[in-house]
Amino acid sequence: VELLLVLALPAAGAMVFGFLGARREAAEINVAFSLGTFLAACALTVRVINHGNQLVAHEQFFVDPFNVFLVTLTAFVGLTTSLFSRPYMRVEMAHGRVTAGRLRLYHSMYQMFMFTMLLALTTNNMGLLWVAMEAATLSTVLLVTLYRTPASLEAGWKYFILCGVGIAQALFGTILLYFAAERVLGAEGVTALLWTHLDAVRSQLEPAVLALAFVFLLVGYGTKVGLAPLHSWLPDAHAEGPTPISAVLSGLLLNVAIYAVVRCKVLVEGAFHSPLPSRMLMGFGLLSVVLGAFFLFRQRDIKRLFAYSSIEHMGIITFAFGMGGPVATFAALLHMTVHSLTKSSIFFTVGHAAQKAGSQLMDNIRGLITLSPTVGWGLMLGALAILGLPPFGVFASEFLIITTAMREQPWATPILLIALGVAFAAIFGRVQPMVFGETDAQRLPHPPALLPVFAHLAIVLLLGLYVPPYLAHWYQAAASFIGGP
Amino acid sequence: MTHLPLDLQLLNACAALMLLLAFAMLSQGRIVSLVNLYATQGAVLAATTLVVAWRTGEGHLYFSAILTIAVKVAFLPWLLHRLIRRLQVYWDTEPLLNISGTMLLGLVIVVFAFALAQPITQLANTAMRDAIGIAIAVVLLAFLMMITRRKAMSQVIGFLSMENGLFFGAMSATYGMPMVVELGVALDVLVAMLVLGVFFFQIREQFDSLDLHHLESLKEIE
Repeated sequence: VELLLVLALPAAGAMVFGFLGARREAAEINVAFSLGTFLAACALTVRVINHGNQLVAHEQFFVDPFNVFLVTLTAFVGLTTSLFSRPYMRVEMAHGRVTAGRLRLYHSMYQMFMFTMLLALTTNNMGLLWVAMEAATLSTVLLVTLYRTPASLEAGWKYFILCGVGIAQALFGTILLYFAAERVLGAEGVTALLWTHLDAVRSQLEPAVLALAFVFLLVGYGTKVGLAPLHSWLPDAHAEGPTPISAVLSGLLLNVAIYAVVRCKVLVEGAFHSPLPSRMLMGFGLLSVVLGAFFLFRQRDIKRLFAYSSIEHMGIITFAFGMGGPVATFAALLHMTVHSLTKSSIFFTVGHAAQKAGSQLMDNIRGLITLSPTVGWGLMLGALAILGLPPFGVFASEFLIITTAMREQPWATPILLIALGVAFAAIFGRVQPMVFGETDAQRLPHPPALLPVFAHLAIVLLLGLYVPPYLAHWYQAAASFIGGP
Repeated sequence: MTHLPLDLQLLNACAALMLLLAFAMLSQGRIVSLVNLYATQGAVLAATTLVVAWRTGEGHLYFSAILTIAVKVAFLPWLLHRLIRRLQVYWDTEPLLNISGTMLLGLVIVVFAFALAQPITQLANTAMRDAIGIAIAVVLLAFLMMITRRKAMSQVIGFLSMENGLFFGAMSATYGMPMVVELGVALDVLVAMLVLGVFFFQIREQFDSLDLHHLESLKEIE
């Protein structure tokens, strides 16, 4: 029942906005739908904790500790982003960058996007997972181009074509997976794409076919994760879309794509005991970390800066999943949580900062601390958190990942450390003058919503100091299931 | 030389047609003809599905064939023709690589595709396992087309043709995907085209052209 609510609420929300048209209170309704989804996700979590894994609707949906934690995270960030977008979009309207009609499209697609992500997370069918991922791309294309500027059209086109082609590779991977499964599970075709069934017979699947399938699936879903060298859509889409969309793209969609990759990796690793999948994940991960970190230096647009930072962090997470083992997987899950919370809170403050300065260029953003101390401190703290300074949660997860790397893959440790150092220098050097410099900018017509920023940062801080036992238990359950004994 | 049964001969003919059409699309510069070739490819795909359905007696394949005809032979080409008329784009400009070069590259790709399909072909127990190589070739040729073309319209047709190749692959390797997945994929393709239609008008409004060299200002390094 909870699962039904989790999925039905955003879907209903999308339709309501479609029919309702442009209303003044649309933003509040958006918040209400997101709140409902979040509450339903919490109820679902309680049920999974109490009753174990859930399989519902002819086994088409499957909920276990791994995805229920992502469902809750997605619903939570969805809620806070809707809170943030209320004043943000009002300001954009006041500045004349969006019209009422486009705002209606925005709200409708926002809920649609939440629906597709939640569907991708909860479905048990690898084919439906693909369909939901593709739908997530489609629902955000028009959001990226919401401002209709030449740059945003280019970003939207790139996003559509690159992700469309990428995800076509994933469809081919899914077909190959089905082909391998059909040989074991029989040609009935009903159960052969269900993840739980595939997992049960994974050691009997044909290794040669699965290896080929995994390459296609990794390239396909990896495009959506933003793994280098398939990342070039990501900074454009993040920089040119409205900021709430940058926050959910970076904080949530990338997580969902990683989720898809990890689900495939679990299957493939069970099928053959060579380290090929792990090596591929580690290779792509390291490349993304290094490329992301070095491109940080060359950026002048603040949203592009943090988009490259997302690529770097996705690289770290992919690398950690590639190393495998309970500790690294635990750290990767923790990193997914804290990255998504920190990065979305950074985008919230960045959005307000850019609105105040009237520009996204970092050279034009100055003196946030005198203009609005809360935005200034929010950006400073967020940047420190994402750079992995203690006592924030990112430090805890990066520390775990690096210590594990020292033990298991010593060759990779210096590369990781250098990349992290470069990223630190690049981001800190950019953020510092933006927060403390001189300024003469004006105040905004609507007060910004900063509650989400500090709520996120508080959670990240809390996770850095102390992971509550039930949460730790939950991560461990998920980690043991992914990483294997 | 043994005689193949009629249905197998038909399937092999369909596979050959798919490959031929993929090459024809690669060399065609007129966008209207490109759409017609795409519709023909859809029709061949539907014919393949029908023959397989008749051969295996699986009911859901008939639905799949009807869906293919409705979406890929009728609706999408109609939509594309309409877009072409509204947007007045009839010819693609000179591709990045000249036609003969593209064709030679295409030949290399076909050889590569058959090499790639080798492990799958050995394991498949469907009647048309030899067509798997052709399916991969069609996908890769469509990919090549997307790389070499400059107009947004031809890139999109390349994208759709790639999707046809994928379905053909699914048909030849496993007799199609489960129904719910096929429905979902068809829905996604439809929505993608509608989104693109909107998108084309936006691009056009901004740049007065659908030539993609306008869309090259965002760079990794500024």
